[in-house]
Amino acid sequence: MTSAEFLLWVRGPGLQIAAVIFAFGIILRFFEIYMMGRKKNLSAKRASGTGAGFRTIAKRFLPADSETMRRSTFTIVAGYIFHIGLFVTLFLFVPHIQLFDALTGISWPGLPMPVVDFFTVISMIALLALMWQRLTKPVLRMLSTGHDHLVWTLTFLPFLTGYLAYHHLFVPYTWMLAFHILSVELLMILFPFTKLMHAFTLFVSRWYTGSMAGEKGVKV
Amino acid sequence: MANDKSLIEILKSRGVSRRAFLKFCTTTASMMALPPSMVPAIASALEKARRPSVIWLSFQECTGCTESLTRSHTPTVEGLIFDAISLDYHHTLQAASGDAAEHAREEAMKENYGNYLLVVDGSIPLDNPGYSTIAGISNLDMLRQTAEGAAAIISVGSCAAFGGLPHANPNPTGAASVSDIITDKPIINVPGCPPIPVVITGVFLHYLTLGTIPELDELGRPKAFFGQNIHDRCYRRPFYERGQFAETFDDEGAKAGWCLYKLGCKGPITYNACATMKWNQATSFPIESGHGCLGCSEPDFWDMGGFYTALSEPTLDVQRAVGVAAAVGAAAGLAVGAVNQVKKKRAQSNHETVSVDDFKEEA
Amino acid sequence: MSKPSIERGINALKEQIDAPIASYFSSCVHCGMCADACLFHTETGDPRYVPIHKLEPMRRLWEQEYTLVGRLKKLVGLSKKITAEELEEWQELVYNSCSLCGRCSMVCPVGNDIVYMIRKMREGMSAAGYAPEGLIGASTRAVEIGSPMGVTIKAVEAQVKHAEKDLGFEIPMDAEGAEYLVLMSSMEIMNYPEYLQAVARIMNQAGKSWTISSEAFEATNAGIQIGASDIARILVQRIVDAAEKLKVKTVISPECGHAYTAIRWEGANLIGRPFDFKVQHILEVLDELRDQGLLKTEGSEDSRMTFHDPCQLVRRGGVVEQPRNLLKMVASDFVEMTDHGIMNWCCGAGGGVSANEDAHELKLKAFNRKKKQLDELEVDALVTACANCRIALEEGLEENEMDIPVYGLTEMLAEHLVTEQPGKEK
Repeated sequence: MTSAEFLLWVRGPGLQIAAVIFAFGIILRFFEIYMMGRKKNLSAKRASGTGAGFRTIAKRFLPADSETMRRSTFTIVAGYIFHIGLFVTLFLFVPHIQLFDALTGISWPGLPMPVVDFFTVISMIALLALMWQRLTKPVLRMLSTGHDHLVWTLTFLPFLTGYLAYHHLFVPYTWMLAFHILSVELLMILFPFTKLMHAFTLFVSRWYTGSMAGEKGVKV
Repeated sequence: MANDKSLIEILKSRGVSRRAFLKFCTTTASMMALPPSMVPAIASALEKARRPSVIWLSFQECTGCTESLTRSHTPTVEGLIFDAISLDYHHTLQAASGDAAEHAREEAMKENYGNYLLVVDGSIPLDNPGYSTIAGISNLDMLRQTAEGAAAIISVGSCAAFGGLPHANPNPTGAASVSDIITDKPIINVPGCPPIPVVITGVFLHYLTLGTIPELDELGRPKAFFGQNIHDRCYRRPFYERGQFAETFDDEGAKAGWCLYKLGCKGPITYNACATMKWNQATSFPIESGHGCLGCSEPDFWDMGGFYTALSEPTLDVQRAVGVAAAVGAAAGLAVGAVNQVKKKRAQSNHETVSVDDFKEEA
Repeated sequence: MSKPSIERGINALKEQIDAPIASYFSSCVHCGMCADACLFHTETGDPRYVPIHKLEPMRRLWEQEYTLVGRLKKLVGLSKKITAEELEEWQELVYNSCSLCGRCSMVCPVGNDIVYMIRKMREGMSAAGYAPEGLIGASTRAVEIGSPMGVTIKAVEAQVKHAEKDLGFEIPMDAEGAEYLVLMSSMEIMNYPEYLQAVARIMNQAGKSWTISSEAFEATNAGIQIGASDIARILVQRIVDAAEKLKVKTVISPECGHAYTAIRWEGANLIGRPFDFKVQHILEVLDELRDQGLLKTEGSEDSRMTFHDPCQLVRRGGVVEQPRNLLKMVASDFVEMTDHGIMNWCCGAGGGVSANEDAHELKLKAFNRKKKQLDELEVDALVTACANCRIALEEGLEENEMDIPVYGLTEMLAEHLVTEQPGKEK
């Protein structure tokens, strides 16, 4: 297979397969999770939980208090550097915006390449730092499973391959671009069946928690 | 038929001074990225060169490659090429036709068996041979026959190198490249649609002066001309970096000469000399003229998702597939969710009351 | 009638799993931040105490029973069964090293209410027969005698008589049509009898009608602590029956943490219908009285004091401002601990831990968190509104040779009541 054929495949059938599994999987999981239902709360509520739920979605983006920030600094800081970097590289890099435009018809301005490049680098550093923590901190060593390491790898590869492709490092660009797209397709295929679902479910989880607390009059 | 006169004698008879000749050698050396110390060697080789026989076979082609080559013809410099070689067979340029032409070819093959240079442009149909024949001989047969006694093969143009336009989806003729068919001869691929004139002549020159195949990349292309990425040499690169893109062919960005990535430029995946050597004696190249690179020196460039589709865009309709997938996912989800609910209800009906008596020891 | 078994435990867990739990398990990314918020982990450094780990058997069950991928994994033999041995191993994690304080739920970045899950995990544990001896005993006594500490109505009546003597007026018992039904906790009846007198005097001054019930004097709910809703229901039903029989408007939950959770937030859901009466914590009632000008106090404590927020009352109960409003009436030098209010650190003894002998050592270690909070503040006195917290704090302070008295808020308020002129008494 030539590099051109490989690139054509990942941009064509590969993407179709990945997108299909991604869409199918996410919708399936949503039904699977939320059709479990929950019992109606019969106790006398202090307030409606709905608005409180949404408030918690927003509030949980920040640490609960300064003590939490102090105790979990590494996780919070590295976690945010990674997520912000992810947001920037995924959504504010013009070639990616072009992809979303092709898929949805919606476009928006991007950032200059060197800026995106910076965020890519700090994202990778944050990911490496988080992996180092996962391998050394006792709580994380005990909690972590192969699943955590698999997801880390699936997340790291698009950054790495994207960076190498953009900078035309090591491997000819056409191959690297194809590897990059393939790594994203791999991520998409496994996404619905891993903890990556948190990207969607965390909003509902926060809402449930906020709503239950809100009914008691507690702002979480 | 090979000429007995050496090149230097031909030059003298044409009134080309030695000075002009050496200047040509220097230009040639620098074009092929050879060190200045090689100039005497080139000069010496060219001086003594006996014009080798060249047989040019044209198969499923548009003659664009020949047109490009002849555009490089200038009276004193590139014209030398045609005096430095004995072009014994070429559909467009030869005077003979019909049986005489085929005879000339067969003679040249016999006389120079093992030493002649075979040049091919156009793809070879592997499907019905009737798609392209010359003198009743299928392209496939003629290629095989002629390749037998060739010292080396140069596939000029993307059709010969990779299958080109005929090879594009759905490839009705079963078009194949030279290297798909001939596997036991050294092949130099000189792709492009067409290739840059001086790239074609540069490759000839290398073979003629040094008698060797130049260093080739993984696709068999001379690294001297195809080792650089268009994107890396493009003068519009700073606009790409800054995020300034033309959105349409006539908007302000286009007029300001901004990057053409969004308009489908394939520069990043294309390896050619267009951005440095340019066309029409270094006048311009497609990007400079305001159109994105088509990637014409790459395999399957006709099928690379569309000339106006950016590299990061999908090549197939993803939306419809996703729509269907989502619908199927919803149906499957409803089913799975329902199964979950049944299971939970069953567990609830199987509930066995927990009481403090449970924890008492059996009497 | 059945015996505890792994099958019954697994069935119970299957019943308990709902959409929030499925969402929570799907969202957990193993970040470990819940460990940083849990005093059992911070004060021991033991990684096994990370809150989300307490739920591992339930998580696997959810995956195997309620997810497509999990069911496929089971089909090809790639999943680990939940066994009796595993639940036995988990007993320590689910009961000894968790007070259901809910601080973990406050910090989880993906919004998981971890303590909500642990409460439901206990349903499976108790159904399988894996619960601490202490809680089994407490539940048995609560159901069969009427209180987890074995306090009978006789003992209550004795206390009441004693109080009436000190007060100089009657304490209503089984008075139909009273506005308030006052509940007590065994801890108060046994250790802090001044509580009943305090309530009596305050209600008297405010001119409110109230009563206690001979059929439902106990507010604590060992069923909640052991995590068996079937048992918790029995105990709540007693209170509901009494409240309806006496046709009261409001049931008052005493200074106890989980008792409030049991009646206020779980009660209606346990019996399957909304209550016809209101439920309030004593502090809610007192704050209302304060607001209406019916709680008149004079003088104040001048020692430097702080408030320990009982987890079930404040963070999990929603009674956040009332303690402060009330305390400020009688404290001139009130300071807040860092991490107060809904972020307060647990006393370490809630959720059944104090009734669990196996957890004694761990509980004392966990108290170090509170110790550090107090050391930082350098207070002379500590006020709280939960009898269990009070005992635990006193025990911890004594263990660490810290000379800080612990007061109950209701009692402190009562001590500062404006002395009534004769004639105004009931």
